Amino acid sequence: MPTMSEKILAKASCKNKVEAGDIVISNIDVAMAHDLTGPLSVESFEKIGTKKVWDSSKIVIPFDHQVPADSIDSANNHIIMRNFVKEHNIENFYDVYAGVCHQILPELGHVVPGEVIVGADSHTCTHGALGAFSTGIGSTDMAMVFSEGNLWFKVPETNRFNITGELKENVYAKDVILNIIGQVGADGSTYKACEFAGETVSNMSVSDRMVLCNMAIEMGGKTGLVEPDKKTIAYVEKRSNKPYKVFKTDLDSSSLNIIDIDVSDLEPQVACPHNVDNVKAVSEVDQEIDQVFLGSCTNGRLDDLRDAAKILKGNKIANGVRMLVIPASKEIYSKALEEGLIKIFVDAGALVSAPCCGPCLGGHTGIIGPGEVSLSTSNRNFKGRQGSPDGKVYLSSAAVASASAIEGRIVAPE
Amino acid sequence: MKGTAWKFGNDIDTDIILPGRYLIYTDEERLSQHCMEGLDAKFNEKCKKGDFIVAGRNFGCGSSREHAPIALKGVGISAVIAESFARIFYRNATNVGVPLLEAPGITQLVEDGEEIDVDMEKGIITSANGESLNFKKLPPFMLEILEQGGLIEYLKNKK
Repeated sequence: MPTMSEKILAKASCKNKVEAGDIVISNIDVAMAHDLTGPLSVESFEKIGTKKVWDSSKIVIPFDHQVPADSIDSANNHIIMRNFVKEHNIENFYDVYAGVCHQILPELGHVVPGEVIVGADSHTCTHGALGAFSTGIGSTDMAMVFSEGNLWFKVPETNRFNITGELKENVYAKDVILNIIGQVGADGSTYKACEFAGETVSNMSVSDRMVLCNMAIEMGGKTGLVEPDKKTIAYVEKRSNKPYKVFKTDLDSSSLNIIDIDVSDLEPQVACPHNVDNVKAVSEVDQEIDQVFLGSCTNGRLDDLRDAAKILKGNKIANGVRMLVIPASKEIYSKALEEGLIKIFVDAGALVSAPCCGPCLGGHTGIIGPGEVSLSTSNRNFKGRQGSPDGKVYLSSAAVASASAIEGRIVAPE
Repeated sequence: MKGTAWKFGNDIDTDIILPGRYLIYTDEERLSQHCMEGLDAKFNEKCKKGDFIVAGRNFGCGSSREHAPIALKGVGISAVIAESFARIFYRNATNVGVPLLEAPGITQLVEDGEEIDVDMEKGIITSANGESLNFKKLPPFMLEILEQGGLIEYLKNKK
């Protein structure tokens, strides 16, 4: 009768059975810290005083937030992390050119079904798209993991979103997840595992499923999850030689709350300032824009770039609008070059940058100023998220972002 | 503990508590200069050691940045009292030694800028006009972590 979260956490804590509400100490299969949360984790790890990390093969250190270094402080953070990697022989280190952590972890084979993954980044919930229990933690907890290889968890209850119906043209996984968050609210799944199931999810690509799981945290979720199927296994076996185990949820579980969502009539959605649950249909929004950001761990994948290129091909970005395109990884960038997508973006007047988090969190490139409006394919529109607290951020799919870049205002593709 | 209560609304996210552009810093003093900057640029100046933050639902939602509770610690906040908290933030705040008290009804009880009295052991918050509200007391081990300034200090002292 357990849910997949309960089954995975039972395995990781060497127990036959655990139930929602239990506190367990679970062994960690993958621990990730990047260039922004890494330095604090290292500082805490050094305070603990453990000489060596628990397992240098299970730690992944990618640089993605402030890359390449944009200030002396950032460069210093990079030095701290490179030294840590060297000192502890961390096997999986990805320097400034690799891409966004939540894209490269699955892409480079670090994520397989049935694992417990922690990351010092809240969007670590993305990896549940491959059937792993994956959650974001802070730097002190990460230091404990570096030292001990395990961490305590409260086993979560599960909200299972049973999604049915065929998506209309120009409606994407991003519209589905924004709509769900709009319905349940920013704290609608606090401390719960968010499972995405149903025929619509079965029909989605792994890339689309990552979009759903990526934003589980925006409704307070502890992890996003999709039960592995043939598509998951094909993705994983191509990229990883780690052993894996498929867990599925028993639908008679007492800790399961099933929420039915019919998406057949769903229109393109947009999250309006300054909360991710402030969601409207694009048709209800009348808003001019200054900047468009296509990228991030939510929608910087090849599928997104293809969707965008289809709309931008032969068109020009509106006067007075800046469009930034940032592929989420080196692999995606390279494929986008091969497929001619990058040329389409450049010809349309977009600025294409090397893989990184970009303006998503307002720390690096593409920061917006007072009064400016950004339309972004990323995951957060909090006040000040992309720069000035007097700016505004709207969130949408890659297709809406591209159509809007051409029009200079928020519109759905025709 | 007595102190001034600074009141905020629902869904106060970690980008409000500490904007992303300051994540390149790790020291408490520097981070504290930008605490709550998105909503109140002078918060760092008006907040005194021992003051409280009172807030609505889902305080601390958003990113896993531990820089956010460290900034609150830096400005001297002795506890955040809210209707409810987000998950990662709850854990991070405890780990760095900032008490979070979940007190449904607190936003009705307390006005911005008033002095309140918080009794951690009895689990009672008393407003300036003498009205009070019970909150769920923190378990002894958590109080011990908080008293020692965070999880790492707690573990070191235990060794």
